[in-house]
This record gives sequence, structure tokens and C-alpha cells, in this order.
Amino acid sequence: MSSDKQERSLTLKQRFDRWMIKHGRVLVIGIPYFWLFLFFLVPFLIVLKISFSMAEYAQPPYTPLFSWIEEGITITVNFGNYLFLLSDSLYATAYLNSIRIAAISTIITLLIGYPMAYGIARAQGSMRSVLLMMVILPFWTSFLIRVYAWIGILDREGLINAFLLWTGIISEPLIMRQTEFAVYVGIVYTYLPFMILPLYSTLEKMDVSLVEAALDLGCKPWQAFAKVTLPLSMPGILAGSLLVFIPAVGEFVIPELLGGPNTLMIGRTLWNEFFANRDWPIASAVAIAMLIFLVVPIMWFQHIQTKQEEGQQ
Amino acid sequence: MLVSEAVLEDAHEDVHKTQPWNNPDAVPYIRFENVTKKFGDFYAVDDVSLDIYRHELFALLGGSGCGKTTLLRMLAGFEEPTSGKIFIDGVDMAGVPAYERPTNMMFQSYALFPHMSVEQNVAFGLVQDGVSRSEIKQQVAEMLGLVQMSKFAKRKPHQLSGGQRQRVALARSLIKRPKVLLLDEPLGALDKKLREQTQFELVNIQEKVGTTFVMVTHDQEEAMTMASRIAVMNEGVINQIGTPFELYEYPNSRYTANFLGQVNLIEGVLVDDDEKYAVIKSEEAGCDIYIDHAVQGHQGMTFWAALRPERLRITKEAPEESKYNCVAGKVEEIGYLGGISTYHVRLASGLRIKVTEPNSTRQIEPRYTWEDNVWVSWEAGAASVLNK
Amino acid sequence: MSNKRSTFLISALVFGFAFLYVPILLVIIYSFNEGKLVTVWAGFSTKWYVSLFSNDGMIDAAWNSLRIGVMSATLALALGTPAGLVMSRFGRFKGRTLFSGMIAAPLVMPEVITGLSLLLLFVTLEQMIGWPAGRGLSTITIAHTTFCAAYVAVVVQSRLSGMDTSVEEAAMDLGAKPAKIFFVITLPMILPALLAGWLLSFTLSLDDLVIASFVAGPGSTTLPMKVFSSVRLGVSPEINALATLIILTVSVMIIIASLMILRSERMRSRAAAGTEPQP
Repeated sequence: MSSDKQERSLTLKQRFDRWMIKHGRVLVIGIPYFWLFLFFLVPFLIVLKISFSMAEYAQPPYTPLFSWIEEGITITVNFGNYLFLLSDSLYATAYLNSIRIAAISTIITLLIGYPMAYGIARAQGSMRSVLLMMVILPFWTSFLIRVYAWIGILDREGLINAFLLWTGIISEPLIMRQTEFAVYVGIVYTYLPFMILPLYSTLEKMDVSLVEAALDLGCKPWQAFAKVTLPLSMPGILAGSLLVFIPAVGEFVIPELLGGPNTLMIGRTLWNEFFANRDWPIASAVAIAMLIFLVVPIMWFQHIQTKQEEGQQ
Repeated sequence: MLVSEAVLEDAHEDVHKTQPWNNPDAVPYIRFENVTKKFGDFYAVDDVSLDIYRHELFALLGGSGCGKTTLLRMLAGFEEPTSGKIFIDGVDMAGVPAYERPTNMMFQSYALFPHMSVEQNVAFGLVQDGVSRSEIKQQVAEMLGLVQMSKFAKRKPHQLSGGQRQRVALARSLIKRPKVLLLDEPLGALDKKLREQTQFELVNIQEKVGTTFVMVTHDQEEAMTMASRIAVMNEGVINQIGTPFELYEYPNSRYTANFLGQVNLIEGVLVDDDEKYAVIKSEEAGCDIYIDHAVQGHQGMTFWAALRPERLRITKEAPEESKYNCVAGKVEEIGYLGGISTYHVRLASGLRIKVTEPNSTRQIEPRYTWEDNVWVSWEAGAASVLNK
Repeated sequence: MSNKRSTFLISALVFGFAFLYVPILLVIIYSFNEGKLVTVWAGFSTKWYVSLFSNDGMIDAAWNSLRIGVMSATLALALGTPAGLVMSRFGRFKGRTLFSGMIAAPLVMPEVITGLSLLLLFVTLEQMIGWPAGRGLSTITIAHTTFCAAYVAVVVQSRLSGMDTSVEEAAMDLGAKPAKIFFVITLPMILPALLAGWLLSFTLSLDDLVIASFVAGPGSTTLPMKVFSSVRLGVSPEINALATLIILTVSVMIIIASLMILRSERMRSRAAAGTEPQP
């Protein structure tokens, strides 16, 4: 009884405070959770659903998956889209191409990025911040514009050809744009900061005296690098490589602007299915297939992230 | 007769006031009742029961990972015990969040709010309680005066030295007049000189404000200088509770004896015991150890004699009475520390005995040198006898 | 450090930075070229800037992009900050793994997939509940908010993980309740990270082509969509001018922001190191 009276005599603010203490935690978790759930997770389920339906000339252009029939819901599952992906070699080629191009670009990015990250991590004080800032700066400037910049360089009438023709090294302009080579250049160029930053942060945390200890114990510099620095920077190498590899597999803009009509990549295929052919179910099936390829690297990436985060705490 | 009895009673009452733990009628101010805290499968605190009395300066002493900080954090309300109860001033603290507990904490890192001035930091607790502005102003000024930081009221924490930050943290945690002030390694971040000076200041402030202090430290010297009583902790369990004097002179285990100060532990077997004396035969020492009081145990049981290095005598000649408590060895190491010298003497059994001697007179050259054959001896009352 | 090795590192840095900056510099230089061809320098001119500003389609698209950018960066901050807080301070709770997955995945998810899936969601929602009616600025804003929130969450989380929890505990110990602790203590301390998160979201939104293309409707062409359709065919001097403007604006913004963050970091590290203040 008395507690009842107390409850009633509370002011609105006190009641709000009590409510917040009781439910605040749920609220803070709940709002972003709900948003990400609705706008990130649910869409995948819908993509999955539509990948099992058929294309139709309608708005929206696919057959409904669930339809109300008198007795209840029937589910029309249609594996046709996936069978089509398997039967048409275009898709297999696109997938394999994407993975090959992404993997090769990742390796090139690592080879260029590692020495840079190492150099920055070993630079002194303010020089280090300046160099780091110089890595981050292009990452902030427009991706599209950075890809665009290479059109003018690699084009048939571009700067490289003009220069080489002027020096007389070549007499015919080289075809560089609209080749796979141009795609490599584009990916390496735009994703380089993603490689350098995680590498830098592991290398920077590493104690220099470890290398000194290895040298002191008789390692040659390259041995010290191979046996101490390289294994210790493995988390950075993995994180950086995955940060480059995963988005590169699904890249659209770079093959579209720099690659040729034959540079088939899966992101581009999906785009064409969707925008040019307006075949949403096939586009969905392509997306799901791409996702299945990427699930392992994405989970791996998340695993590395959580491990690092735990390490910090 | 009557008079002397009254005097005795008075003395008794006095002892009860200054040493409430010796008074069976005293009510503890803080009580841990079978408190256990598990992190996963790890027992950070394992079934600890502990009473702390009003106005005490109580120290929880132990190495890192012994559970002392977890115990303190449970008192503050940052961790809930897995099982067991905690009472402060008779009130069960279960479910009481940190912001409603009558405790305040001084953090090891001080945890000053970096974006607030000294004044704002100190005032923070009162602002939370909705105290009026004029009242806050007055109390902050008073508190800053107490810790001699009035001049720095407008500064930000990053503009202060380590010692100054420590004072601000103290002022901030004292301003709400908590029933209990918790101190997590209060002097850990200070250098040695400043630490020694601050130890006494903290004790003085405690006496002035009369608050009960519970402090966590790994530094036995700090605990002994400051605390009224100390609980020695190891692996989540309290090994021994007592005044610094009790712990040093009457350790109950090898762990405590080792943790507080230096000690030589000599293993042996009880061969003779009586109401007034006991004899322990030690292979390690190569002599019998005579103890001037009875020990609890039967003949044939293993005991350890704990001998403090400063209670040992080192001589070139064998002492006259050499039946008991006297061993021969070679000087192996010498440490000359100015005020005292320490010697490591290797016995025939291979056991090393540490001896310290005050250098009370000026010598032309060191008294003993390496490889000297010497005798080490001690009084019958010097050894504590331990059975664990 | 041996001489040979530092020579190698320095040349790697020089080469790397040249690779990063030369293409951008060329774009800037050629934006002032009188002629249309990149290969020929026909004299200094600002005529492409003039023609850029008289291109109504471009101006409209830029205006759209700015509105979307500000809105989604602000929303992303409002969603991502609690998400980062939850990840670093809330310990274990049911569904934490899924939550951390939903934060990490948008960072690496190929844009074509995100774009397609969001479009299908919007279409489905419209069919089911009639909202959102059609697609346009609002659907782009929602899409951008979602992936930007993930970025903000990561930035906030990593800042909080590096921060001593005892400061927040001290506030609680002194009687502040959780919500108050967040607004009075945590928020001011992570302000630089929030600023960085907002700016990052803003530029990501401003920059996005693929997702926006999927979820855009008639009349909601954004700047990257406009740029994309005009550079598909090759170099365009107007785009050079636009690129220069974007690069300069972003650079100035980032340099100012970094200086601010650097200053507050310095203050903090000085506070942590316990050094004597400079006289």
C-alpha cells in the first residue's frame, strides 16, 4: 500500500528517471539495432526471396513469392535463376574474373602499401603525422574523381601516350584504358589508403626494440624482418588485404570507367542485369551468389576486428 | 582494589575505542559476508568475510591479481558479488547502484574529468546532488583549502603535476562526505620521494575528516605506514588480518611473513615441546631451534621458523652458548646500503641466510668480506613458528 | 636503422605518394587549361569554372547531394554514437554478435549488393505499407544513413575503447546517473571522434554513386550520378573544374579538422602522461 502511494507521489521527472534507469539500456541498444536490422539485414532476406522468383513485365518486375490462396500461403520457389547462372558461362567468367582481379590487385596494393606503412611508422614525430595525413587525405576526396583522374592519364589520347609519343619511344599510342591493366591501376590507386592504415596501426604499435633484440641476437636485417616484423604485423596485413579484396570483388565504377567492354566483373554484371535488362530476380541471384563468395572473408574480417578490439581492452 | 579495577576498566574502554576490532561488542561499519566474485570460471574473490570499523584506515594488501581491487570495486558498486552480502553502516548494498552508495572512490589513474577545471571537478559530486550554488562554492573552497590547491582552482587537469592531480582527486572524492572513502593505489602514480611525503598527509587528512578509509595497495611499506589494520590477500582469499605490528611480528603463514618485509624461512621438525618451550630440529639449518614458547602441534610435525634478518647476529667467533640457535656458514654476498649492511651467508646444507646489521659506528673497512667463515645466531624469542 | 634500408623506405614513400598525388594534381592543373584536350596546354583559363556554375543540372545535383549529405551524416551520428557506445561499454547482451556483425559488414559490403538490397526493401515496403511512396532524396538519405552509421559506430567504438573507463566510473561514483554520465562526461570527451565521424559520413554520402543510383528516383539525381554520366565517355574539362573544387574544399576541411583533433589529443596525452605543465 505504502509503496503504491509513493509511486503516485512521484513527479513526472522522477518517473521518467526511473523508467530510463530501467529501460534506458534497452533503448540505447534497441534504436540502432532496429535501424540496422531493418535497413541492413532485412534487405538481404528480401534479396534472397526475390532471387527465387521469376521476372515479369510488371511493377515491380518479379512474381510475388508469397501469394494468398484460399487455404493459406503457398510458397513458390523457383530455382530457375540459379540454374541460369550456372548454365550461362558469362556469370562463371565474371565471378572468376572478379576474384582474380581483386586478388592480384590486393597483392599489388600490399606490396606498395607495406613499405609505405613501415616508413611512416618509423618516421619521427611530426613528420609521421604529416605523412599519415597525406595517406588519409586522398581517402577523403571523392572516389569517383580519383578514378576519373586516371582516364585522362591512361586514355589513347592521354598523358602517358602523349609523353611516350613525344619522346619517340613508341610510334603508335598504347591501349591502356579499357584493359584489365587499367582496372588494376584503378583498384590499387583507390584502395591503397585502406591497406596502409591498418598496416600502419599494427606496425606503429610494435615495439622497435623487438627488432633490435633480433639484430642483437644475430639476425641479419632481412631475417629480423622476416622473423619478427612480418609475423607481428600479420593482423594488419590480413585486415588491410580484406579491406581491399572484399569491396574490390564487387567493384563497379572502376571496371566501368577504366576497363574495357570485355572486362567482366561481377559488380558490373549485376548492375547491367538490373539497369539494362531490368531482370531483378537474376540480379538478386547474382547478389546472393556474390555474397556466398564473400561470407567467409567478411566473417574473417569481423573476427580480426573483434580480436583487435579485445586486445585493446 | 576498587580503584585499580576502575583504572583497568578505563584502560579497557580506551582500547575498545582505539581498537574496536578487539571489542566483541563493537558493531562493524562495513561487513563482507562470504563474498565471492567469479569472472567466468575464475574466482577473483573467494568466500571473503571481513569486518571494517568506523574511522579505520584499512588496507587491502596483495600482489596483482589477488582480488583486492575487485573487493574494493564491489564495495563501490562497480561490480556485483556473485554470491555473499556487503553491508555498509548496517544497510545491505545488494542492488544499490554506484551512484547511490554512500561511498566515494579515489581512482588509481585519478580519473579527473579532462574537460573540466579543478573547481568543476571537485564540485561535480555536489552538483549531482542538486546542492545550491553558494553552498557548492563554499564547500569547494573549503575542500581545496584542505588539500592546499586553492591557487589552482581554475586550472585544467592537464596543467597540473602528478602530485597536484592526486590532491584534486582526493578533494573530489571527499567533498560529498562519504561514509567510506575508497582509495585504489592512491599513491601508485607518484614518484618515491613524493609518495613518502604524501603518505603522512593522507593520514593527517583522514584524522581531520574522520572518514573511514579503505585502501588498496601492493606496496607493503605504504600499507604499514598508513593503515590501522591490513588484510593480506592472495588468490582471492584473505590470508591474515591484523595491525601492521601483528602482521610483522606474528605472521600466521609463510606467505604473510614473506610479503611483509624480509624473512628467512627454515624448515624443521618438532622434536620436543612443553608448556614453556619447543625445539625444532632442522636439517637445513644444521642445528636445533629453541623457541621460548609452546607451539600447537605434535612431535614429528613439520614447521617453519621465520627469522627476520635484523633479528640475527653475525659474528666471527662461535657464541658461548652454541647448543641452539646458532649456525656456521660462509659470507657469500655483501650489500652495503650505507645505514645498514646485508649479508648472505651460505650454510653447509646449501641454505642461504640473510642477515642485516646496522652500521652504527664508522668503520675503517667493512667488518666482513667474501668467503669469511662466520656464525649466525639469534635469541630464543626471535623466531615465529609457522605451520603453513 | 641501416642506411640502405632507410633509402629503400624513403624511395617507397616518395614513389607511393607520387602515385597517390600526381593524378589528382594533373586534374587540378588541367582544370585551368584553356583547351579541351588533356594532352595540350592551351593556356591558363578559368572558363571551365564559369561554365560549370552555369550548368543548372550540375548545380541542382550538387544541391541534392549537399542536402542528403548533411541529413544522413547527422542521422548517422545519432544512430552510430549509441551503437559505438553499446559495442564498447555495454558488455555482453543477447544478440551482440549479430549487432557487431551488422556494424562491421556495411564497411566491406560491395556497394552493388547494398544498393540492390535497399532498393528491394523500399519496393517491398511500399507494396506492403505504402511507405516510402516512391523513391527520392529520402530513400537515398536512409540508405546513406545506414552505412554511414556503421562507420560512425566504428570510429566512436575505437575512441571509447582507447579511453580510460575510470573517468566514467568516477562520475558514477560521485552520483551521476548513466544518461547524465554520457552527456556530461563521455560526450565531451569523444567530441573530436564525433566530429571525425560526422565529416566521414558527410564525405562518404557526398561521394556515393552506386547505392544512390539504385535507390534514387526521378528528380533526385546526385552529384556523383551526374559526374558519372558525363565521364563515362571520357575526360570533360568541366568535371576537372568540379573535381578541383571538391578536392580543395575537402582538403581544407580535413586539415582544419585534423588540427583540431590533434590539439585535443595532445592535451589528453599530456594529461595522461602526467608531465609538468609548460610555463
